[in-house]
Amino acid sequence: MTVITESVRAHRSLWGDAFIRLRRNRLAITGGVIILLVALTTIIYPFLSKYDFASQDLDSVLTGPSKEHWLGTDELGRDVLTRLIFGARTSLAVGIFTQLIVLGIGLPIGAISGAAGGKIDNFIMRFVDVMYAFPDLLLIILLRAILGGSIYMIFFAIGLVSWVGVARLVRGQTLSLKQRDFVTAARVSGGSGSYVTTRHLIPNSLGPVIVAVTFNIPRAIFAEAALAYIGIGVKPPTPSWGAMIRDGNNVIFAAPHLVLFPAIAIAILMLSFTFLGDGLRDALDPRLRR
Amino acid sequence: MTKYIIQRIFWLFVVLFVVSFITFSLMHLVPGGPWDREKALDERVVAALNAKYGLDKPFIVQFGNYIAGIFRGDLGVSYSRQDRDVTAILLEGLPKTATLGITAFILAILIGVPLGMAAALKQNSIIDYISVLFATVFASIPGFVLGILLMIIFSVTLHWLPTGGWGSVRQVIMPAFALATLPAAFIARITRASTLEVMRQDYVRTARAMGIKHRVILIRHILRNALIPVITVAGPELAFLVSGSFIIENLFSIPGIGRLFVNGVFARDYGLIMGTILFYAFAVAFINLVVDIMYGVIDPRIRYD
Repeated sequence: MTVITESVRAHRSLWGDAFIRLRRNRLAITGGVIILLVALTTIIYPFLSKYDFASQDLDSVLTGPSKEHWLGTDELGRDVLTRLIFGARTSLAVGIFTQLIVLGIGLPIGAISGAAGGKIDNFIMRFVDVMYAFPDLLLIILLRAILGGSIYMIFFAIGLVSWVGVARLVRGQTLSLKQRDFVTAARVSGGSGSYVTTRHLIPNSLGPVIVAVTFNIPRAIFAEAALAYIGIGVKPPTPSWGAMIRDGNNVIFAAPHLVLFPAIAIAILMLSFTFLGDGLRDALDPRLRR
Repeated sequence: MTKYIIQRIFWLFVVLFVVSFITFSLMHLVPGGPWDREKALDERVVAALNAKYGLDKPFIVQFGNYIAGIFRGDLGVSYSRQDRDVTAILLEGLPKTATLGITAFILAILIGVPLGMAAALKQNSIIDYISVLFATVFASIPGFVLGILLMIIFSVTLHWLPTGGWGSVRQVIMPAFALATLPAAFIARITRASTLEVMRQDYVRTARAMGIKHRVILIRHILRNALIPVITVAGPELAFLVSGSFIIENLFSIPGIGRLFVNGVFARDYGLIMGTILFYAFAVAFINLVVDIMYGVIDPRIRYD
């Protein structure tokens, strides 16, 4: 460790500070690195691989891991590793795009609810309570049945159900920030309601929102896998880990690797996001500063 | 307290009413109808069926009839199995879902509480590290994935347990464990944190100073107080188990409510889907209500006004 000799402590911003704390958290960094590696692999792999996710080779069906097919082949002779990597693309896309929808709905509704207060707040929060009462996976399935099977509609169905947590969080943040002096100052100096909301309330509540979103991603990934598993996910032959498990389940005794690999993949990706979320929470929560 | 309970029950009805309205509206947006068959039915047959089930009436009348039916315990007819009504089908699935959920809940407490307590009492020991690791890893692995791993180990490799079905104790073990680990991890985490907190309280130090036996302090002072936050978490977890079990039911081919729901979606069985969602919403809301009221009984420090 180096000893800082300057008498004046260098200025560190909230985000810079948080990043330093995040870097010290080994689990979080491991999670982040795995996510980046998975993302990079999904981008680069298609250029390097001699297989594509849909091409079948009925001469080598249900083979175990080999030199030709590192993770074996499935019941249609498709390369499992290729399908696994393209499945990661589906999972990551679901994780990220659902959260954009969640933010698109949750941020404004939460901010409006908290900033407006009174009757509007009351009404919105009662609606949020109702949304909480829905069994979420069942609602996602129902929305999916209504919206149809394109992958965008799956993002939409999951996003439409998952925004309530973020809305509630932003509202709480906004309510507590409203009491702070710098917000009062902005208001006294003539800042309009929308100015205060967009310039002060939302930026200052971003930390917990980022954490919440990071924790939401694995849930969305799981929701997509669950949809695909029961057979209403992305349309085949687009690979999805949930669909791979569903197909592999029929031949679990003959070829257990077909369910094993996607199951492990789901677990690793979800764990990585959770570790990263844990790390971000510790890094962004000023009360935990050590 | 009574006023609080009455308010809560009233609110429960409002929520369920809105939930059923939203679900009912969504159901009407689903493309295709309950009479879609591979071979199209005769128009007159469809009209007669619609008339029989009141599907020719305006939306709001259909909804009103449905709500009126709920109060008679009638959740309407199943469109895919004309011989049964939804209530009968749900009641057929309920014992399986409930048995699975309650078994998993008991398992979660039996695993989570001792693990959390042991971790707290031996803080920073190897037991503590293992327990925290367990809690972190299993809190983010879905039961679905764990179920598959269990299946590969115990059914495919060792041939100890059947891969699914319902009716014997051996068929409950794997799904119950798969369902229990996630709440067990949460319960362990909360138990550890709250035990650590209680152990530092003055009354525990006082009890020690008075020379009370370690075991008595442990049970009477620490355990009792440390478990209050655990109940806070355990309640919603039970609710989660009720609704979260449906994917496990599908994985292990258990003919519970969750599996019925999935079949209902594929058959476009409006009646069954609607009934299942309402049933889950009611179960979750009811469990949360009971838990909220229980806090007041368990912890006299909590007041509701």
